[in-house]
Amino acid sequence: MLYQLEGSQAVARAIALCRPEVVCAYPITPQTHIVEGVGELVRSGQLENCQYLNVESEMAAISVAIGSEAAGVRSYTATSSQGLLYMMEAVYNASGLELPIVMTLGNRAIGAPLNIWNDHTDAMSARDAGWLMMFAENNQEAADLHIQAFKIAETVKCPIMVCMDGFILTHAYEKVDLPEQSEVDEFLPPYEPAFALNPKNPCAIGAMVPTTEFMEVRYLAHLRQLEAKTVIEKVGREFSARFKRNSGGLIRTYHTEGAETIIVAMGSVLGSIKDTVDDLNRASGCNKYGVMSVVSYRPFPDEQIREALRNAKRVIVVEKAFALGHGGILSREIELALKGLDIEIITVIAGLGGRVITKTMLSEVFQKPKDKLIFLGLREDVIRQEYKTVLDERRV
Amino acid sequence: MFQIRIHGRGGQGVVTAAEMLSIAAFLEGKDAQAFPSFGSERMGAPVVAFCRISEKEIRSREPILNPDAVIIQDKTVIESARAFDGIVDNGFVLINSPEDIETDLNNARVKCIGATEIALEQVGRPIPNAVLLGSFAALTGVIKIDSVIKAINTKFSGKIAEKNVKAAQVAYERTLGEV
Repeated sequence: MLYQLEGSQAVARAIALCRPEVVCAYPITPQTHIVEGVGELVRSGQLENCQYLNVESEMAAISVAIGSEAAGVRSYTATSSQGLLYMMEAVYNASGLELPIVMTLGNRAIGAPLNIWNDHTDAMSARDAGWLMMFAENNQEAADLHIQAFKIAETVKCPIMVCMDGFILTHAYEKVDLPEQSEVDEFLPPYEPAFALNPKNPCAIGAMVPTTEFMEVRYLAHLRQLEAKTVIEKVGREFSARFKRNSGGLIRTYHTEGAETIIVAMGSVLGSIKDTVDDLNRASGCNKYGVMSVVSYRPFPDEQIREALRNAKRVIVVEKAFALGHGGILSREIELALKGLDIEIITVIAGLGGRVITKTMLSEVFQKPKDKLIFLGLREDVIRQEYKTVLDERRV
Repeated sequence: MFQIRIHGRGGQGVVTAAEMLSIAAFLEGKDAQAFPSFGSERMGAPVVAFCRISEKEIRSREPILNPDAVIIQDKTVIESARAFDGIVDNGFVLINSPEDIETDLNNARVKCIGATEIALEQVGRPIPNAVLLGSFAALTGVIKIDSVIKAINTKFSGKIAEKNVKAAQVAYERTLGEV
């Protein structure tokens, strides 16, 4: 059924449709409205058989999810920015213990300086933590990805982070088609854990693994991630067949056929990018520009990306995070996927700390990228002034 | 596509107004997108919210730079928030003010209405958002008053909803009579 909803509320309802039995969250900043929404659904009885736990910190939230998931119970939590960093030690534990927790990350910048707005720095801090990571383009996809996420995670026994842009999606009202409970029940069967902690038959998990086995454990986790590529595609196809819309999968392409320049991005900025590309193609009367969305960031679908981009002359990666002293993060991974192909790669760092990204800015940089590494909308006058001060104050 | 930018201050229901507009448009079968300007939300601080209404899917996420309509919930922000920037030719400007306000807009349809006064009279609280939406429906014809009423009822309940609906209707009738 169609609803006009805030992104956070749409996700809260999608989560309820997946019938988690434990939802735990730290409800205060930088949290989104998602867990508040789930809490209301539990209290009103719309989400039955679910224990909702308000905990004292994000560290506790992920730890409770680890405990309940280890006890064989479908578990969910959500966080943002600094909250994810505070969880981080246990984030690695969740994947190392093969616990299929589903967590929403309402993407926001990391301080200092303090900034509550959207970018992908938080997600990038967890890129090697062994979780699956998927990025939603709009609120419909955010809702859909959560329904797929439980199935994917429980199939491959790996936790999954569904990333949706903080504020830009979490706080935006738009139309969302939410399936009926019976439809979701058919798509997502009850969780049947292969293993669950049980006081009647006590055992330990997470015991120390010596040097003779640790690498093997890691390698097996790597294989699980690789296997997840097949599962993500399969679940995406099943979802499309049942719910009659495309959400999820590894990547998605838009007018890439014959395009000289292909723009690559993740998350909500894809909407403005597609509009810009349509305008440019219309103006030139040919299909010069195309778009490729990276939906699954972990596992990284390098082969599919190479296939989708191989005929382009230029690839422009627009990304909302940045490795200081190095450059783009996503763009470097795209570059590796395209190794050996004669394709120019441009990195556009955009939207850090919620900096506005307009179609005019995108259009300009797509047509005439001035450098290999561009900071969209960077106020160069401020940089010149401030950097001069830095140099003046240096005591060498 | 019809784009609306709403200016006001924290506590006046600026964000809720944009959300209600999007709900009203949705109820008419249109695509609609509403979002705030993402400032830190504090009582009294200037706030901007946006709403796009379209027959087609809305994908762009940029703030509304060239609004077809601007709603001013608090006239004291007009200058500092550059509230009229980018407004399209022959666009609409709806200002919460009991007196007419002089603007330097040559090419816009400007309408002033004492929304706070109507809200105080009808609701007993100085929250002008629902009143202005009633007036907006009459001024622009972009959404129907019935949809505005339904949208108000999704956001409020009981007596508060009833009173806000009445307030929106009063503003709708008054504006219809004046344009």
